[in-house]
Amino acid sequence: MTEQLSGGDMLIRSLQDEGVEYIFGYPGGSALHIYDAIFRQQKIEHILVRHEQAATHMADGYARSTGRPGVVLVTSGPGATNAITGIATAYMDSIPMVVISGQVPRDLIGTDAFQETDMVGISRPVVKHSFLVRDAGEIPGVVKKAFHIATTGRPGPVVIDVPKDTTDPFEQFAYAYPDSVSMRSYNPIVTGDSAQIDRAVDAMLAARKPVFYVGGGVILASACEHLRYLVRTLGAPVASTLMGLGAFPGTDPLSLGMLGMHGTYEANMAMDGADLVIALGARFDDRVTNNPDKFSPKATIIHMDIDAASINKIIDADIALLGDGAWVLEQLSTRLTQALKSQQKSALKDREEGLKSWWQQLEYWRAENGLNHNLRAQADKPILPQLAIQSLYKVTGGDAFVCSDVGQHQMFAAQYYHFDEPRRWINSGGLGTMGFGLPSAMGVQMGNPGATVTCVTGEGSFMMNMQELSTCLQYGLPIKIINLNNQALGMVKQWQDMQYGGRHSQSTYSDSLPDFKTLIEAFGHVGIKVVDATKLDAAMEEAFSEANRNRLVFVDVWVDPHEHVYPMAIKGGAMRDMVLSKTTAAESS
Amino acid sequence: MRHILSVLLENEAGALSRVVGLFAQRNYNIESLAVAPTEDTTLSRLTLTTRGDDSKIQQIIKQLNKLIEVVRVEDLCDGDYVERELLLIKVRAEGDARQEVKRTADIFRGQIIEVTSATYTIQLVGPSNKLDAFIRAIDDVSIVEVVRSGVSGISRGGAS
Repeated sequence: MTEQLSGGDMLIRSLQDEGVEYIFGYPGGSALHIYDAIFRQQKIEHILVRHEQAATHMADGYARSTGRPGVVLVTSGPGATNAITGIATAYMDSIPMVVISGQVPRDLIGTDAFQETDMVGISRPVVKHSFLVRDAGEIPGVVKKAFHIATTGRPGPVVIDVPKDTTDPFEQFAYAYPDSVSMRSYNPIVTGDSAQIDRAVDAMLAARKPVFYVGGGVILASACEHLRYLVRTLGAPVASTLMGLGAFPGTDPLSLGMLGMHGTYEANMAMDGADLVIALGARFDDRVTNNPDKFSPKATIIHMDIDAASINKIIDADIALLGDGAWVLEQLSTRLTQALKSQQKSALKDREEGLKSWWQQLEYWRAENGLNHNLRAQADKPILPQLAIQSLYKVTGGDAFVCSDVGQHQMFAAQYYHFDEPRRWINSGGLGTMGFGLPSAMGVQMGNPGATVTCVTGEGSFMMNMQELSTCLQYGLPIKIINLNNQALGMVKQWQDMQYGGRHSQSTYSDSLPDFKTLIEAFGHVGIKVVDATKLDAAMEEAFSEANRNRLVFVDVWVDPHEHVYPMAIKGGAMRDMVLSKTTAAESS
Repeated sequence: MRHILSVLLENEAGALSRVVGLFAQRNYNIESLAVAPTEDTTLSRLTLTTRGDDSKIQQIIKQLNKLIEVVRVEDLCDGDYVERELLLIKVRAEGDARQEVKRTADIFRGQIIEVTSATYTIQLVGPSNKLDAFIRAIDDVSIVEVVRSGVSGISRGGAS
C-alpha cells in the first residue's frame, strides 16, 4: 500500500528524496504546517536565519561552493519579498536554488489577505521558473520539476509558492516521488555542435595571438579539468572574468588574472591585441567589454555558452559553440590534440614562433604594469587594503574559501588572492549585492564543514546583514571575517573622486560607525582591531590560530581611506584604455 | 521591420504573464497580441507582432525559447504566410454620410453587423494594412469607436 501523507509532509519527504541536507529559512503563518513537518523528521537540518535575505544568500553560497542546489523556505508576504534580493542575486549568476514560499490559503488568494503577496508575480523577472501549487497531490511532481529545472541547462533559481491549505495536516494523499521528469517544452542541451567544434579547432591552429576569456559557466559546467587540458595544449594565456576565477589556476604562468573594468593590465591588453578570443562560459558583460564597438578589434571570436540567448547578444560570434561546457571542452581538447599531432612540421614551427612572440609581448605587459604581489608594510603609512588581502592569502596558504561582499574590497580580493581551484571564490558578480558576503560564507561553511572559510567585506556591506552573527553563534560557524574598514562606501567614493570632482555625496559616515570589536564580542564572537600596518600579519595569524579554530573571528582592518582600485577602465574606451594609478587618473581627467 | 511571431505555449495559468513580462522586462515592443487555445487544449497559440532589426528579433526568439512553458516559437515572416485581423468599427451614419459609409464598407468588403438610426457597426477582416486603409478612408470625425483583435497568422503550404 502506498504511503499516505499530508501536503506538508509530502513537501518535506520530497526534499529528503531529492537528497537535500539543509533548508535555510524562517517560519511564519503560511508556512507553519510545513514547519511542523520539519519538526517531525530528522533527515534534513533547518538553519534558522535572522532575515530571509540571508537565507537565500546562505543557500546560494552552499550551492556555489558544493555544486548542489541550495534550498530556502520562507513564509508568505514579507518573508517572500525579503527573499527577492537573494533570488535575483542567484539568477544573475546562474546559481541553482529552490525557494519554497508559503502562500495564503487558495480561497484567500487575491483578496489582499494578511501577509499575502503575489510571489509568483513579484519574483517572475528574477527566476528561471516558478510554480504555484494548485492541488496538494501535485506537490511531489512539482518539487521534482523544480530541482530538474534549477540544476540543468543554464542553472538558476526556481520558486515554489505553496498555499497553506495544500499543506493541511488533516488531508492525506498517496505519496510517491517521481524517478524522472519529462517536459515537452524543456529539453536542456547535453552535447554540442560537432561541425562548429572543428571550425573552432581550425581557428585555434591558425591563431598566433590567442587568448582564453573564461567565465563562470565553465565552473557551473564542472568543466575545469577539460579547460586546463585545453589551455595547456594550446599554450595560450587565460584571462578570467570575476565569476571565472579559479576555473584555471591563478598561480599558473599561463594565467593573466582577471580582465575587465578592474582587470589586470596584461589581461586587458591581451584581449585588445589578440587575433583570437576564445570565450568560454562568459557573456560579454559590460563590466568586461568596456565599449563593445571597440572590443578586440583584430580578433576572431569563438563563443561557447549553454544559453543560445547569450550568443550574439552583445558581441557577434564568428564561431558559436552552443552546448554543454564539459562536452564541448572535452571535444575541443581531444580534437585539438589530434590536429596538432597531424600538423606538418613547418606549420607547427610557424605556430610556435607566433606564440613565442605573443608571449614575449604578454610578459612585457605583465612586467610593465602588472599588479605588485610583493607589497610591504610601511610603519608610517596607513594599511593598504591590497596588503590586507596579500596577508590573508599568505596566512591561509591560498587555500581558503573567500566569500566577498561588494565594493572596493571585492575587487582587491579578486586581484590579490590567487584562486587555484574552482568554487573557492564566492561573490555576487552580476547583481552586485552588498550584504551577500557573510550569509554566503555561512552557507559555504555548512556545505564544507572543517574547511577554512573567510568573508572579505567592508563596513558598508557588512552592516547590511550583520544580524546573522547571531545565526553564526547558534550553529557554531567559525568564519573568519576580514573587514577592510575605510570608513566610507569606498567604490562610490572612488567614482565621486574620479567623476564628480571629489564631492562625496552620501558616501561617508565616519562619525557614526560602531566599535566593531565590541559589537562582535556582544554577539559572542572574537573581535580584533588592527590599525598599524606592521601588526597586520600578526592579527591575521591570530584570527586563523589554533586557539580560534572553532570561533568566528572578525578582523577590523583600518585601511587607507583614500585608496582607489586600479586599473580602472576608461568609460567608452576599448579594453586597452585604463587608468593605472591616481597619477595617470589626474593626467587623463 | 515588422515581424509576426507565432508562439506555442503550455495552456497553464501564468504562462501568458511570463511572455508579456519578458517583453516589458527586456524593453521589447508588442504591437498586437492574440491568444487562444489550439486544437490540443493543453496548448495555447499566442500570435504577436513586434518590430526590430534581425538581431533584435533573433534575441527575442531566443529569450522566448528560454521560457519553460514555451514549446515552440516561429517567425512567420521567415516564409510565406497568411495574416488576418478582425476590425469592429462603429461609425456615425446620418444624412449624406449614411450612404457614403455603406459604399466605403462595400468597397472594402466589410459587413454592416449592427444598425441604429445614427450609427453603423462594420466588421472587416483582412491583413492589418487593409484595416489601416479602411480606417483612413473613413472620415476621422465620424469614427465613434475602433476595436481590433490583433493579428493572427499561419504559414502557407503543407505541414511544417
